[in-house]
Amino acid sequence: MKRALPFIVVLTVAAITVGSGLFLYQKKRPANAAPITAKTEPDAPGQIVHTLGPENAPVTLEEFGDFQCPPCGHLSEPINQLQKQYSLRVIYRNFPLAIHAHAKEAAYAAEAAGKQGKFWQMHDLLFREQAVWSKSPDPRALFNAYAGMLLLDLDRFKKDMDGPEVQQQVDLDQRRGTGIGVKTTPTVFLNNEAIPPTQVNPNDLPAMVEAAMKKAKPSS
Amino acid sequence: MKSARSGDARSTTMKASPARTSRWQTIFYSAAALISLVGLAEATYLTVVYLSGETAVCGGSADCAMVLGSSYAHIGPVPLSGLGALAYFSVFAFATFSAFGYAYARKFFSWTILAMFLMTLYLLFLQAFRLHAFCRYCLFSAALVFLLTGLVVARPAVGTQNN
Repeated sequence: MKRALPFIVVLTVAAITVGSGLFLYQKKRPANAAPITAKTEPDAPGQIVHTLGPENAPVTLEEFGDFQCPPCGHLSEPINQLQKQYSLRVIYRNFPLAIHAHAKEAAYAAEAAGKQGKFWQMHDLLFREQAVWSKSPDPRALFNAYAGMLLLDLDRFKKDMDGPEVQQQVDLDQRRGTGIGVKTTPTVFLNNEAIPPTQVNPNDLPAMVEAAMKKAKPSS
Repeated sequence: MKSARSGDARSTTMKASPARTSRWQTIFYSAAALISLVGLAEATYLTVVYLSGETAVCGGSADCAMVLGSSYAHIGPVPLSGLGALAYFSVFAFATFSAFGYAYARKFFSWTILAMFLMTLYLLFLQAFRLHAFCRYCLFSAALVFLLTGLVVARPAVGTQNN
């Protein structure tokens, strides 16, 4: 019996590890891995949708992002390049996570810039400067500086950032995301089909877009 | 040192059969097994987080997501945390067999910990100089590996003192 004991101990630990890992995975997976589709919930009345690219593009990439989330930051420029390369229609939706202290304020800044027609410029700037403002004790001052760089009307920008419209816009985006099962960022849809979370990265995304293009235009 | 070597010498004649282990060796390998269990739990959790696509949270700090979401955090589709879990499980298995007197397991035990130690140094280098961010999970794992390395280094001394 004593000779068999180490085998029993090791196999028991292996079984417990695999079992608890699978259990945890099942608990975490449903919200992410369910075949969520972006169209299950229509846009709320009055909701502004930020889009890039042609309306009738064969492939639409919809991202639920958080300006303070580093993987979203890493994905920002590759998505811009893919948009140009494949003439994609890109939609960005705010999904600020509670774990990121300044994410919501950054989303307000982007929406406030959007009210002056510069959402995407602010979007790019926030992601490019993410490492700076996300560690700043006063990110608001930096957002104001970015607004200045984009030649926005600063007084209006400040007012809009604190206004109910911008905050409601972010809430609507977030509610929409929650409604279709978005739990984390970045969550990306290609033609309304969610990309598996492990493939939402700059290395795998081009291949996914390429595949979506082929699916949308099988003859080309 | 003498008694540790005498254990090894016994092993060469007994091959895979368990040899008698001293009380201190049993305590030593049991401690190593417990430490590796903690590491196994952490690495398993991080693997699940990676595979489910969640953002790892370290008390509101964005550094975890920056490190665990970086291109260094996986080799192809395999997350490094998964390899870490495998390494910790190996250490646990080797420590358990060593505690029961399987001398061959002791060699694998030491070599696995050495490999983990070197990998940990490399990962700390990446965090400090490439990513400029430290993940608390990774630092905790590094502390566990250093502790295991310390145990391996201290092992001959324990054998000399107590046998």
